[in-house]
Amino acid sequence: MENFTPIGALLGGLLIGLSAVIMLAVMGRIAGISGILGGMLTLKTPDRAWRLLFLFGLIVGAGLFAVLGGNVSEININPFEFSESTQTIMLVLGGLLVGFGTQMGSGCTSGHGVCGLGRFSRRSLVATVTFFGTAALVVAVIRLGTGG
Amino acid sequence: MMAQLVALISGIIFGLGLAVSGMVNPAKVIGFLDVTGDWDPSLAFVMGGAVVTTALTFRFVLKWPGPLLGGAFQVPSRQDLDMRLLGGAVIFGAGWGISGLCPGPAFASLAYLDPKMALFVLALIAGSYLARLNIFSRSSTPPPVTADG
Repeated sequence: MENFTPIGALLGGLLIGLSAVIMLAVMGRIAGISGILGGMLTLKTPDRAWRLLFLFGLIVGAGLFAVLGGNVSEININPFEFSESTQTIMLVLGGLLVGFGTQMGSGCTSGHGVCGLGRFSRRSLVATVTFFGTAALVVAVIRLGTGG
Repeated sequence: MMAQLVALISGIIFGLGLAVSGMVNPAKVIGFLDVTGDWDPSLAFVMGGAVVTTALTFRFVLKWPGPLLGGAFQVPSRQDLDMRLLGGAVIFGAGWGISGLCPGPAFASLAYLDPKMALFVLALIAGSYLARLNIFSRSSTPPPVTADG
């Protein structure tokens, strides 16, 4: 529990929620990252520009945090302490699964989680419980396997 | 033009939120998912703060005749559960569990210029593309443009 950071977490969550409200109120769109990305991969989509700019905005926003003095030194993208080669394999496998699963299931943490739960959608509630449950199970199994 | 500007600003606010909350740190995300280990409940506050905001506001916004920039709200109306929803959520959950990265934080983290993050995002885009191809090959009708999220 020594890593518990409820204030930053709550503040960040409020910003994410604010972004979702702006997207819905102004543009009538769900601020779901996988949905926004998926629309760009469909050839006939006429509205690529705003999707690309939203995704670019994510990078700018995260960069802004660092520029404003936010602490990014603790970011660790190898939490299971895999070896170099295993980590590369896991990153590629993880990316493929996350991409495939979010398109197949029509949403991710933002679309189903933040926006879907906010709309009281039954589909999003089931999806959110399912992906959180699966992820927790996978983490527990890896912990067993690595002896962590 | 206005839509593009609004999308950029919303993206910046979203990305800032992901960074402030710690979602851009896979170790932090794994700490939350690690319920049987040294559990860090912080990310429940991220979801809590975000969902309370959307739950309190969406219901009023969706009663408007339409969004401020015109047109109609593009919000999914489906209520049925199917294997694609469940299977997709399981596959996504597995990928999230081994990496600690979901799509938003993965894109946002490109700001920190780690080549390994770029590798993850490329794999994410490839996986997304494969899923789209799969949908096209199994069904004669194109997939709906508006997903759940």
